Amino acid sequence: MKIRFTLNGEAREMETDERRRVIDLLREDLTMTGTKEGCGTGECGACTILVNSESRLACLMVAPQLDGAEVMTIEGLARNGELHPLQKAFIEYGAIQCGFCTPGMVMASLDLLTRNPSPTEAEIREGISGNLCRCTGYQKIVEAVSAAASARKLGGRP
Amino acid sequence: MNVYLPGSLSELWSRQEECGMAQFFAGGTDLFVKLRASAQYPRALIGLEAVRELRSIEEREGAIFVGAGASHTRLLSHPLIQAHFPLLAKALRVLGSPPVRNMGTIGGNICTASPAGDALPPLYALGAEVELRRRDRSRRLPIHEFILGPGKTALAENELLYGVWLKKDDSPALFHFEKVGPRKALAIAIASFAALINSTDAGIVKKARFAWGSVGPVVVTSREAEESLVGFPLTRESLQRIVPIVDKIVSPIDDVRASASYRRALAGNLVLRLAEYGPREMGGKGEGLTRT
Ligand SMILES: Cc1cc2nc3c(=O)[nH]c(=O)nc-3n(C[C@H](O)[C@H](O)[C@H](O)COP(=O)(O)OP(=O)(O)OC[C@H]3O[C@@H](n4cnc5c(N)ncnc54)[C@H](O)[C@@H]3O)c2cc1C
Ligand code: FES
Ligand code: FES
Repeated sequence: MKIRFTLNGEAREMETDERRRVIDLLREDLTMTGTKEGCGTGECGACTILVNSESRLACLMVAPQLDGAEVMTIEGLARNGELHPLQKAFIEYGAIQCGFCTPGMVMASLDLLTRNPSPTEAEIREGISGNLCRCTGYQKIVEAVSAAASARKLGGRP
Repeated sequence: MNVYLPGSLSELWSRQEECGMAQFFAGGTDLFVKLRASAQYPRALIGLEAVRELRSIEEREGAIFVGAGASHTRLLSHPLIQAHFPLLAKALRVLGSPPVRNMGTIGGNICTASPAGDALPPLYALGAEVELRRRDRSRRLPIHEFILGPGKTALAENELLYGVWLKKDDSPALFHFEKVGPRKALAIAIASFAALINSTDAGIVKKARFAWGSVGPVVVTSREAEESLVGFPLTRESLQRIVPIVDKIVSPIDDVRASASYRRALAGNLVLRLAEYGPREMGGKGEGLTRT
């Protein structure tokens, strides 16, 4: 079937099998390998993307669900070669070790900050509660998200 | 396997007729996990997310109608749910994780009919009715007649869960939901407990509704337990009367998450938590008369 959607602000049209999982469509068909697959069953959050500005799990979606949607992946965050403030904060606060969980963490955090620009620490923890990190631990990630939220209040990008 | 996402109910019925044996999916958070595990794919899948009507949450005929395709996130943020059914909201807040709540729907939670489904104890306590539809027929059932066992429902062939009907009750009630799981997020309940209590100004219980999750093949309720509290204040002492009743009515299983005996003890102990809403001098916070 043919599907049309926007991916990171760019209009896309592609022929795909309707059974194709969105994670495979992104990683294999479009070679956008920023989005990771961990568990494939909704438990780790590594595959988190935004669909119509809401976080969703690409491992539990099929291609037709993207038709007409606005999709954002980790590749869409940097602009003109400059990292998004959340990405910068993750680096600055050492919130990345192996980096496998990072794209999902960043997308979940972006979803949270769009809805709640000044989250408390508890709200940040809740916001990333669907994302597992096996090596950094959560403290530094929470600090990074909190710093990005404060920076935004001072006029940075979401 | 063909996948369709009809944009309206009439298109949905046409698709269904065309495909013969099709399975519905809403958020896919239960179905896609299950299909992957079993590797048995149905001939056709019909997705519900593009059918607007199935997502509506509104006041109709003096009750609140919640479309089966409304996501947990939408329910949580909806003013009608916040105002009239905070018990339901309290349970949905601990369902899965943010993306699971964005994708998962109340209809999917009901049709999965898991004894651990977090929306279920509140829906039982609230006396919810489900509306089932086929192209040519609509019928309504109380939720306890719809859910027949783990994974088993009264859905007939080609029938769709259209939505849930909730009666408004404007008398102030205390509400309580607690889920015990191995961790906070993404944890399936080891046991859960929902309660709605109306009391007099003096704090004497007039009416109580209880529902336990994960301690039987379906959600467990008990008129006897509810009635045994009427006429008493919410104190540890009066709540203790319910514990032996709970012991009789639950039929928990052993599984990887907990033993049956632990679940049995939990189901009783969760009730004692209500004492926290009881009279201050008895150890409660004295909040028994207000919605918290
Ligand atoms: C990581 C993870 C964590 C989870 N945590 C929890 C949790 O804490 N608590 C909890 O209760 N659940 C949890 N779940 C389970 C699931 O998210 C919920 O049960 C959710 O509400 C299911 O809704 P859905 O729309 O995704 O259902 P789907 O997967 O789309 O459908 C589920 C079943 O219902 C059928 N169905 C769906 N809608 C209809 C309809 N309108 N009419 C007829 N049949 C229909 C489908 O055919 C399928 O058999 C979790 C799931 C995942 C993946
Ligand atoms: S890969 Fe999707 S949640 Fe783990
Ligand atoms: S940084 Fe390695 S899993 Fe999180």
